[in-house]
Amino acid sequence: MSTMNEKAPERRDIEDLLPWHAAGTLGRRDAERVEAGLAADPELARRFELVREELAETIHLNETLGAPSARAMQTLFAAIEQEGAASPRSRASFDFGSRIVEFVSSLSPRTLAWSASAAALAIVLQTAVITGVLLKGQPAPGSYTTASSEQAGQTAPRGSEVLVQFAPQASAADITKFLVAHRAKIVSGPAGDLYRVRVADERLSKDALDRIIKAMQNERGVIGSVLPAN
Amino acid sequence: MSVNQTTSDEVLIGRIAQGDRLAMQVLFARHHVRVYRFVLRLVSDPAMAEDLISEVFLDVWRQADRFEGRSAVSTWMLAIARFKALSALRKRPDKELDEETAAALEDPSDDPEVTAQKKDKSDALRECLTALSPEHREIIDLVYYHEKSVEEVAEIVGIPENTVKTRMFYARKKLGELLKAAGVERGWP
Repeated sequence: MSTMNEKAPERRDIEDLLPWHAAGTLGRRDAERVEAGLAADPELARRFELVREELAETIHLNETLGAPSARAMQTLFAAIEQEGAASPRSRASFDFGSRIVEFVSSLSPRTLAWSASAAALAIVLQTAVITGVLLKGQPAPGSYTTASSEQAGQTAPRGSEVLVQFAPQASAADITKFLVAHRAKIVSGPAGDLYRVRVADERLSKDALDRIIKAMQNERGVIGSVLPAN
Repeated sequence: MSVNQTTSDEVLIGRIAQGDRLAMQVLFARHHVRVYRFVLRLVSDPAMAEDLISEVFLDVWRQADRFEGRSAVSTWMLAIARFKALSALRKRPDKELDEETAAALEDPSDDPEVTAQKKDKSDALRECLTALSPEHREIIDLVYYHEKSVEEVAEIVGIPENTVKTRMFYARKKLGELLKAAGVERGWP
């Protein structure tokens, strides 16, 4: 092209930055460089106008795409509810806390209104537990314990549980389907990447538990790994 | 995006890491439309895009305690969204993909003369933006609509910064060619 003279490499360098200059996302030094280039080079300034047209129409196009329905938010908070009422950090503090969470979530329908009540109840019950621990002269519950740890004197879980690492690509819908198919329920987690999942309310034999673990491990799109928890 | 907004997003993520659902609702309300539009432009399926944004924000809920603040929260979320969208596209049957790609490509080039006659330049430009390849569409959206810097685009897309600039240049070049085919001459490329 005839307009591409000896300034071409520098022009190309500046031209590459024009989209970011138009969007206002360049650092100060680059922005000043582009401004100087635009002032000195009418062809570059003309091309900058093309960039500005593209910017305007890209915004216009995206703004006409609409917005998601309320279903997206409902699905999200139903999934959060499914994962348990406690926070990622506090979930693993007490196994008893996990039981409370499990108890509360088994009672409550998955609605936001109920979750607020459930959270309030969980806080009250956990406060009672913490107070009890302090009165016994135990260390404060700030000491972090993973959901999978077995403490001395701790009552063993009543049911049969496994530790599950879900595959990174598993969606909330995949996980829900998986839990329903295996009649399983998330008890606590994640501790690291592992969730404690109850697979039966009674203590299963080792063979029976191994069969369940094997069946779960076959679901490769959903599961990373499954380990016995108790 | 203002500094306050960025700081505020980080504060929200800190609260979410503590299990604060209200913070999660605020973050969702603030970002879900843009994340949805980004995903929708990648998957071209509103129902799938809705499902995917639930998953994106669920990942934010799960991983909030691992967010290190090295990038803006919105950049982190768009990177998650991109990963989810591409994974979902890979799971989709090839036939569906082929039909969609064909439909997207056919649009502007089907009848450029008619396009030029019927539509003004802005309409033609928007139509050609839609007809770009997913790779080119993505980078143009990230730069122009999501206001991402070179560094942020590099982080979201997972490519070097120089490649970001080159890809943007070629996306714009392709856009110019599509416009030319549709009868809109801009004098570049």
